[in-house]
Amino acid sequence: MKIEKKLDGTKLTVALEGRLDTMTAPELDKEFHESLDGITELTVDLAALEYVSSAGLRVLLSAQKVMNKQGEMVVKNVNEQIMEVFEVTGFTDILTIQ
Amino acid sequence: MENQNSKNSITMEATTENLYQAMDFVDAQLEALECSPATQMRIDLVVEELFVNVAHYAYAPGTGSITIEFETENDPKAVNITFEDAGIPYDPLAKEDPDVTLAAQDRQIGGLGIYMTKKNVDDISYERRDGKNILKIKKYL
Repeated sequence: MKIEKKLDGTKLTVALEGRLDTMTAPELDKEFHESLDGITELTVDLAALEYVSSAGLRVLLSAQKVMNKQGEMVVKNVNEQIMEVFEVTGFTDILTIQ
Repeated sequence: MENQNSKNSITMEATTENLYQAMDFVDAQLEALECSPATQMRIDLVVEELFVNVAHYAYAPGTGSITIEFETENDPKAVNITFEDAGIPYDPLAKEDPDVTLAAQDRQIGGLGIYMTKKNVDDISYERRDGKNILKIKKYL
Protein backbone atom coordinates (compact mmCIF):
# COMPACT_ATOMS: atom_id res chain seq x y z
CA MET A 1 0.00 0.00 0.00
CA LYS A 2 1.12 3.53 -0.75
CA ILE A 3 0.15 6.36 1.59
CA GLU A 4 0.36 9.91 0.30
CA LYS A 5 -0.17 12.83 2.65
CA LYS A 6 -0.93 16.45 1.87
CA LEU A 7 -1.09 18.95 4.69
CA ASP A 8 -2.68 22.37 4.31
CA GLY A 9 -2.75 24.15 7.68
CA THR A 10 -4.95 21.96 9.85
CA LYS A 11 -6.40 20.12 6.86
CA LEU A 12 -4.90 16.79 6.02
CA THR A 13 -5.55 14.65 2.97
CA VAL A 14 -4.41 11.04 3.02
CA ALA A 15 -4.56 9.16 -0.28
CA LEU A 16 -4.32 5.38 -0.18
CA GLU A 17 -3.23 3.17 -3.02
CA GLY A 18 -3.29 -0.63 -3.18
CA ARG A 19 -4.49 -2.95 -0.45
CA LEU A 20 -5.56 -2.03 3.06
CA ASP A 21 -5.38 -5.41 4.77
CA THR A 22 -3.90 -7.29 7.73
CA MET A 23 -0.37 -6.68 6.46
CA THR A 24 -0.69 -2.98 5.60
CA ALA A 25 -3.27 -1.66 8.10
CA PRO A 26 -0.61 -1.17 10.84
CA GLU A 27 1.23 1.30 8.55
CA LEU A 28 -1.87 3.45 8.16
CA ASP A 29 -2.63 3.21 11.87
CA LYS A 30 0.87 4.45 12.66
CA GLU A 31 0.49 7.25 10.12
CA PHE A 32 -2.75 8.44 11.74
CA HIS A 33 -1.21 8.23 15.22
CA GLU A 34 1.64 10.43 14.09
CA SER A 35 -0.26 12.98 12.03
CA LEU A 36 -3.76 13.60 13.37
CA ASP A 37 -2.67 15.85 16.21
CA GLY A 38 -4.26 19.28 15.70
CA ILE A 39 -6.00 18.29 12.45
CA THR A 40 -9.54 19.63 12.10
CA GLU A 41 -10.33 18.30 8.64
CA LEU A 42 -9.22 14.87 7.53
CA THR A 43 -9.92 13.69 3.99
CA VAL A 44 -9.21 10.06 3.14
CA ASP A 45 -8.99 9.58 -0.61
CA LEU A 46 -9.64 5.99 -1.66
CA ALA A 47 -9.53 6.50 -5.44
CA ALA A 48 -6.61 4.09 -5.85
CA LEU A 49 -7.57 1.65 -3.10
CA GLU A 50 -8.35 -1.81 -4.43
CA TYR A 51 -9.19 -3.81 -1.34
CA VAL A 52 -10.11 -3.29 2.28
CA SER A 53 -10.50 -6.00 4.93
CA SER A 54 -11.68 -5.79 8.53
CA ALA A 55 -8.15 -4.88 9.63
CA GLY A 56 -8.41 -1.78 7.44
CA LEU A 57 -11.91 -0.98 8.65
CA ARG A 58 -10.63 -0.97 12.23
CA VAL A 59 -8.06 1.69 11.36
CA LEU A 60 -10.65 3.84 9.57
CA LEU A 61 -12.97 3.46 12.56
CA SER A 62 -10.34 4.56 15.04
CA ALA A 63 -9.46 7.59 12.85
CA GLN A 64 -13.18 8.45 12.75
CA LYS A 65 -13.33 8.26 16.54
CA VAL A 66 -10.36 10.60 16.87
CA MET A 67 -11.79 13.05 14.34
CA ASN A 68 -15.24 13.03 15.99
CA LYS A 69 -13.52 14.69 18.95
CA GLN A 70 -11.48 17.28 17.07
CA GLY A 71 -13.13 18.04 13.74
CA GLU A 72 -14.40 16.14 10.76
CA MET A 73 -13.41 13.30 8.53
CA VAL A 74 -14.52 12.72 4.96
CA VAL A 75 -13.90 9.64 2.84
CA LYS A 76 -13.98 10.22 -0.89
CA ASN A 77 -13.68 8.41 -4.22
CA VAL A 78 -14.87 5.06 -2.90
CA ASN A 79 -15.11 2.47 -5.68
CA GLU A 80 -18.02 0.08 -6.03
CA GLN A 81 -16.39 -2.96 -4.44
CA ILE A 82 -15.09 -1.09 -1.43
CA MET A 83 -18.48 0.58 -1.06
CA GLU A 84 -19.97 -2.89 -0.82
CA VAL A 85 -17.67 -3.69 2.11
CA PHE A 86 -18.71 -0.44 3.79
CA GLU A 87 -22.38 -1.29 3.24
CA VAL A 88 -22.19 -4.83 4.63
CA THR A 89 -20.45 -3.61 7.78
CA GLY A 90 -22.64 -0.56 8.33
CA PHE A 91 -19.65 1.73 7.70
CA THR A 92 -21.76 3.76 5.29
CA ASP A 93 -23.50 5.12 8.40
CA ILE A 94 -20.31 5.72 10.37
CA LEU A 95 -18.21 7.38 7.71
CA THR A 96 -19.03 10.54 5.80
CA ILE A 97 -18.65 9.36 2.24
CA GLN A 98 -18.48 11.84 -0.61
CA MET B 1 -14.09 -34.20 -17.80
CA GLU B 2 -16.52 -31.26 -17.84
CA ASN B 3 -18.38 -32.29 -14.73
CA GLN B 4 -15.48 -33.63 -12.77
CA ASN B 5 -14.73 -31.82 -9.56
CA SER B 6 -11.16 -30.91 -8.76
CA LYS B 7 -9.40 -30.57 -5.45
CA ASN B 8 -6.09 -28.94 -4.51
CA SER B 9 -4.55 -28.19 -1.18
CA ILE B 10 -1.66 -26.31 0.35
CA THR B 11 -0.15 -26.59 3.83
CA MET B 12 1.95 -23.85 5.35
CA GLU B 13 2.87 -22.29 8.65
CA ALA B 14 -0.04 -20.21 9.92
CA THR B 15 1.67 -16.86 10.31
CA THR B 16 0.48 -13.50 9.00
CA GLU B 17 3.70 -13.33 6.93
CA ASN B 18 2.27 -16.19 4.86
CA LEU B 19 -1.08 -14.48 4.25
CA TYR B 20 -0.28 -13.48 0.67
CA GLN B 21 0.91 -17.00 -0.11
CA ALA B 22 -2.46 -18.32 1.05
CA MET B 23 -4.33 -15.71 -0.96
CA ASP B 24 -2.21 -16.35 -4.06
CA PHE B 25 -3.01 -20.05 -3.83
CA VAL B 26 -6.74 -19.30 -3.85
CA ASP B 27 -6.58 -16.43 -6.37
CA ALA B 28 -4.67 -18.46 -8.96
CA GLN B 29 -7.46 -21.03 -8.95
CA LEU B 30 -10.24 -18.45 -9.00
CA GLU B 31 -8.60 -16.80 -12.00
CA ALA B 32 -8.43 -20.13 -13.80
CA LEU B 33 -12.18 -20.45 -13.18
CA GLU B 34 -12.71 -16.96 -14.65
CA CYS B 35 -14.30 -15.80 -11.43
CA SER B 36 -15.62 -12.21 -11.53
CA PRO B 37 -13.46 -9.58 -9.76
CA ALA B 38 -16.32 -8.78 -7.37
CA THR B 39 -16.70 -12.42 -6.30
CA GLN B 40 -12.94 -12.84 -6.10
CA MET B 41 -12.70 -9.89 -3.74
CA ARG B 42 -15.39 -11.39 -1.50
CA ILE B 43 -13.54 -14.70 -1.42
CA ASP B 44 -10.23 -12.91 -0.77
CA LEU B 45 -11.83 -11.20 2.23
CA VAL B 46 -13.00 -14.55 3.56
CA VAL B 47 -9.57 -16.16 3.08
CA GLU B 48 -7.85 -13.25 4.80
CA GLU B 49 -10.17 -13.27 7.81
CA LEU B 50 -10.10 -17.02 8.34
CA PHE B 51 -6.36 -17.36 7.74
CA VAL B 52 -5.51 -14.48 10.05
CA ASN B 53 -7.81 -15.88 12.74
CA VAL B 54 -5.80 -19.10 12.74
CA ALA B 55 -2.48 -17.22 12.54
CA HIS B 56 -3.40 -15.08 15.55
CA TYR B 57 -5.18 -17.50 17.84
CA ALA B 58 -4.92 -21.19 16.99
CA TYR B 59 -1.40 -21.85 18.26
CA ALA B 60 -0.68 -18.74 20.32
CA PRO B 61 1.86 -18.06 21.67
CA GLY B 62 3.52 -20.66 19.41
CA THR B 63 2.91 -21.42 15.76
CA GLY B 64 1.63 -24.37 13.79
CA SER B 65 0.38 -25.32 10.39
CA ILE B 66 -2.75 -24.65 8.39
CA THR B 67 -4.06 -26.59 5.43
CA ILE B 68 -6.24 -24.89 2.87
CA GLU B 69 -8.15 -27.11 0.52
CA PHE B 70 -9.74 -25.72 -2.61
CA GLU B 71 -12.42 -27.71 -4.35
CA THR B 72 -14.49 -26.80 -7.37
CA GLU B 73 -17.96 -27.99 -8.23
CA ASN B 74 -19.44 -27.67 -11.66
CA ASP B 75 -23.17 -27.89 -11.59
CA PRO B 76 -23.82 -25.25 -10.41
CA LYS B 77 -20.36 -23.68 -10.46
CA ALA B 78 -19.10 -23.26 -6.92
CA VAL B 79 -15.96 -23.39 -4.83
CA ASN B 80 -15.58 -25.05 -1.45
CA ILE B 81 -12.63 -23.86 0.61
CA THR B 82 -11.68 -25.69 3.80
CA PHE B 83 -9.33 -24.34 6.48
CA GLU B 84 -7.88 -26.90 8.82
CA ASP B 85 -5.65 -26.34 11.85
CA ALA B 86 -4.65 -28.43 14.85
CA GLY B 87 -4.74 -25.55 17.32
CA ILE B 88 -6.93 -24.98 20.34
CA PRO B 89 -10.63 -25.66 19.75
CA TYR B 90 -12.13 -22.47 18.39
CA ASP B 91 -15.43 -21.95 16.63
CA PRO B 92 -15.48 -18.42 15.19
CA LEU B 93 -19.13 -18.90 14.21
CA ALA B 94 -20.14 -19.17 17.86
CA LYS B 95 -19.31 -15.51 18.34
CA GLU B 96 -22.25 -13.13 18.43
CA ASP B 97 -22.52 -10.78 15.45
CA PRO B 98 -21.48 -7.20 16.14
CA ASP B 99 -24.19 -4.53 16.04
CA VAL B 100 -23.46 -2.88 12.70
CA THR B 101 -26.01 -0.13 13.32
CA LEU B 102 -24.12 1.52 16.19
CA ALA B 103 -22.45 4.92 15.83
CA ALA B 104 -18.65 5.12 15.60
CA GLN B 105 -18.27 6.01 19.27
CA ASP B 106 -20.09 2.87 20.39
CA ARG B 107 -18.61 0.50 17.84
CA GLN B 108 -16.52 -2.41 19.06
CA ILE B 109 -13.31 -3.15 17.22
CA GLY B 110 -13.73 -6.93 17.19
CA GLY B 111 -16.05 -9.31 15.42
CA LEU B 112 -16.25 -7.46 12.12
CA GLY B 113 -14.07 -9.89 10.21
CA ILE B 114 -16.10 -12.98 10.92
CA TYR B 115 -19.31 -11.02 10.35
CA MET B 116 -18.06 -9.99 6.89
CA THR B 117 -17.03 -13.58 6.25
CA LYS B 118 -20.55 -14.83 6.95
CA LYS B 119 -22.02 -12.18 4.66
CA ASN B 120 -19.67 -13.03 1.82
CA VAL B 121 -20.26 -16.78 1.56
CA ASP B 122 -23.23 -18.94 0.62
CA ASP B 123 -22.54 -21.51 3.30
CA ILE B 124 -20.16 -21.78 6.23
CA SER B 125 -19.70 -24.51 8.82
CA TYR B 126 -17.37 -25.37 11.67
CA GLU B 127 -16.43 -28.77 12.94
CA ARG B 128 -13.97 -30.04 15.55
CA ARG B 129 -12.74 -33.44 14.43
CA ASP B 130 -9.67 -35.53 15.30
CA GLY B 131 -8.14 -32.67 17.24
CA LYS B 132 -8.63 -30.24 14.36
CA ASN B 133 -10.63 -27.12 13.69
CA ILE B 134 -12.27 -27.50 10.30
CA LEU B 135 -13.90 -24.46 8.80
CA LYS B 136 -15.59 -24.90 5.47
CA ILE B 137 -17.09 -22.29 3.18
CA LYS B 138 -19.04 -22.54 -0.04
CA LYS B 139 -19.38 -19.80 -2.60
CA TYR B 140 -21.31 -20.00 -5.84
CA LEU B 141 -19.52 -18.34 -8.74
